[in-house]
Amino acid sequence: MNRPALLVLCVAAALIPETASAARISEITETQFWDQAVRFFSFQDPALRFALSGSLLLGICCGLMGAFLVVRKLALMGDALSHAVLPGVALGFLWNMTKDPVAIFIGATLAGLLGAGTVRWLQNTTKHKEDAALGFVLASFFGVGICLFTMIQNLPGGKQSGLEQFMFGQASALGRDDVILLLIITIFIAGTVLIFFKEFLLTSFDAGFARSTGLRVQLFHYGLMLMLAFAIVASLQAVGVVLVSAMLVIPAAAAYLLTDRFGLMLVLAAAFGMISGGVGSFFSFVGRNLPTGPFMVLAAGLVFALALGFGPRHGIVSRWWRHRCRKSRIRRENTLKSIYHVLEANDFHSESISLHELAERRHETLEDARGQIRALRREGLATVYGDDVNLTPPGWQRACEIVRNHRLWELYLTNAADMPADHVHDDAEETEHLLGEETVRKLERRLNYARLDPHGKLIPGVEDIRRGRTTKPAPRATGYGGPR
Amino acid sequence: MQELIPAFDWHSVIVEPWTRDFVFTGWIVLMGFFATAACGLIGNYLLLRRMALVGDAISHSILPGLVVAFMIFKTNATWVMFAGAFAAGIVTVLLIEFIHKQSRIKPDAAICIAFTILFAIGVALMSGLAQSGSIHIDADCVLYGEIAFVPLEPPAVWRGIELGPPSVIRMGLVLLATLAAIAVFYKELLITSFDAALAKSLGMRAGFWHYALMGALTTAVVSAFEAVGAILAVAMLIVPPMFAAQLSNRLPMRLALTVLHAALSALIGVHLSVWLQCSTAGAMVVAAAALFTAVWIPSLISQAARRWIRPAPEETLSWAATSENALKE
Repeated sequence: MNRPALLVLCVAAALIPETASAARISEITETQFWDQAVRFFSFQDPALRFALSGSLLLGICCGLMGAFLVVRKLALMGDALSHAVLPGVALGFLWNMTKDPVAIFIGATLAGLLGAGTVRWLQNTTKHKEDAALGFVLASFFGVGICLFTMIQNLPGGKQSGLEQFMFGQASALGRDDVILLLIITIFIAGTVLIFFKEFLLTSFDAGFARSTGLRVQLFHYGLMLMLAFAIVASLQAVGVVLVSAMLVIPAAAAYLLTDRFGLMLVLAAAFGMISGGVGSFFSFVGRNLPTGPFMVLAAGLVFALALGFGPRHGIVSRWWRHRCRKSRIRRENTLKSIYHVLEANDFHSESISLHELAERRHETLEDARGQIRALRREGLATVYGDDVNLTPPGWQRACEIVRNHRLWELYLTNAADMPADHVHDDAEETEHLLGEETVRKLERRLNYARLDPHGKLIPGVEDIRRGRTTKPAPRATGYGGPR
Repeated sequence: MQELIPAFDWHSVIVEPWTRDFVFTGWIVLMGFFATAACGLIGNYLLLRRMALVGDAISHSILPGLVVAFMIFKTNATWVMFAGAFAAGIVTVLLIEFIHKQSRIKPDAAICIAFTILFAIGVALMSGLAQSGSIHIDADCVLYGEIAFVPLEPPAVWRGIELGPPSVIRMGLVLLATLAAIAVFYKELLITSFDAALAKSLGMRAGFWHYALMGALTTAVVSAFEAVGAILAVAMLIVPPMFAAQLSNRLPMRLALTVLHAALSALIGVHLSVWLQCSTAGAMVVAAAALFTAVWIPSLISQAARRWIRPAPEETLSWAATSENALKE
């Protein structure tokens, strides 16, 4: 792990006691916590039922749309649009001065689409690049929204509007109508993605190819933007304007780390979204009216951190583990090769070599050599009696293979790539560990089953491996033996 | 609608803020100008380096820095807040790099993930503290600040002379420092922003200037934070340079236009907020965006007009080719 990574970890470790003390400061005592938790899981409260089902549904919406944002590199578009819907929310509220879900939905969707259009428009007509266009839409729409919000607060009845819940989210404010609207949006988004899965897949990953097959790429882009606006608007009430982009991007990014199949990624992203939504609404409920949004995002962040650390293929820990295994295998194979070299230097007169010879050969201390032999013994490749090291049959076979790979590759480089014989060693040092059985067969065929490498040393063959001893062949007339 | 938008009255909107409480309006305009100008000057370089949204990320993620610094030191003294914000800024940059380098997440998603998680930590800690009553920060204040409270601060006193509200003085010093830094290191900033390869060949350390710029950015955003909040600080970073870039291609001209735009948007914003009775910082952003739109639309119209009146370049070219071919015949 590199230095910045360690720094981040240190800072995170320093922060943990702080969060713990924050929990202690707050007046949520233990008993209250358990009471609330029991109330949460008994699903008695109708308000709680709405809050929870709303959170789960928005998790699905956000996860599905977020998957597209992540693979299309539009994550910051999600951020800009989620801020840009704010004036639409305010105008929807002004329609008849109530939090009518349908009016707010229409207003916010229009504002979101206007925002997406402005980004495209700015990019097309000015020299500003995408980042500036996104930043402009984000900030200026949000500024307009803030002005409208503060103006509404001055109106009669504006103070009790509950509009400030749109900032950081309050799942408990979800009502029956909100949940029904959310359900409709979720079904619409999931249905559209299912029906047009192939088209969306193609336009997301290879727009050029999609265009050549006659698909309307622009149409699908704007369709996606429309659904994105729907998903953002649907999650506003529970997550809040500021953090919707996190719910869009983080679960999808976690899914992206775990799989290479887009279909599976969509399912995983929706599942992670649901988990984060559920956990977020739980903590908000237990903590009595804490804003929901931050807790959902923190839950999603935890899922992401787990995927980043422990994902089976791309996770940091598993990659580190694979790297370690590979390194120790290479070290073992190098030791075997050295033993072979020592045996070869004696013309294979003795069956065993001494630790001292090995250490000398490898320019190492005796202690290091002993450690490496111990590693070989663990793998059953060598046996040790006192200071004498013997290769077991599998060890002998592996040693022969490595030396054969090395010398074959050297010969191949001099013959086929016309490299001078004194330049090929370093390359072969690395390649010897990577050659598979099939490649070796191909190399042998290509080099006409040559028996001598460019330095005049024997290449161990199949019989040698089987016999357990390398023998000198009759000298051949063709020099290296390989055809040019 | 009648209630929402009060009738525009010239006297009460334009004249009275200056005749009745000159000092109050003056400090607000000055604070808005200082904040917008300092952020905008740095924003010019961010825009050139296509890093506008890194500014967005940093302005969000200093919130947990402020809250954690407050929790550790139990004070909101200026240096504590600066230290916390700086630490948070560094953590953000490192976290973005960490996610980007250690996984196959693209940089845009990495930015989004890093700052939203940090911002969420900040809001969660803050609301926990607010519930326990040990701190009183209005959550809305984080988003759009409260510039109208600036003149009410106890004035800073230096050698017996009343200077004015400390945050305005601080912001002014930050603006002066920014101007001085740009004047002194003009050449380095210019070359590293425009041509990283040339800068490298001249022996300039691109990495150093990158982090120096991030440091300046964090300083400006922290000082502007309490007046304008996290999200509107983004507007002040991005909109003035965009306005300037629309009008000029020369960097010195752009810097000058940024300062002009900052002054105009602060002034117009204050009057707008008096008229509409809305958040002052929000009104300043609306004014800034409106100014940009005002210079954008003429170029938009002239572009469209050019396309309608004259044929597209390819058509002109093909027409010329046909006529020349005809002549050749």
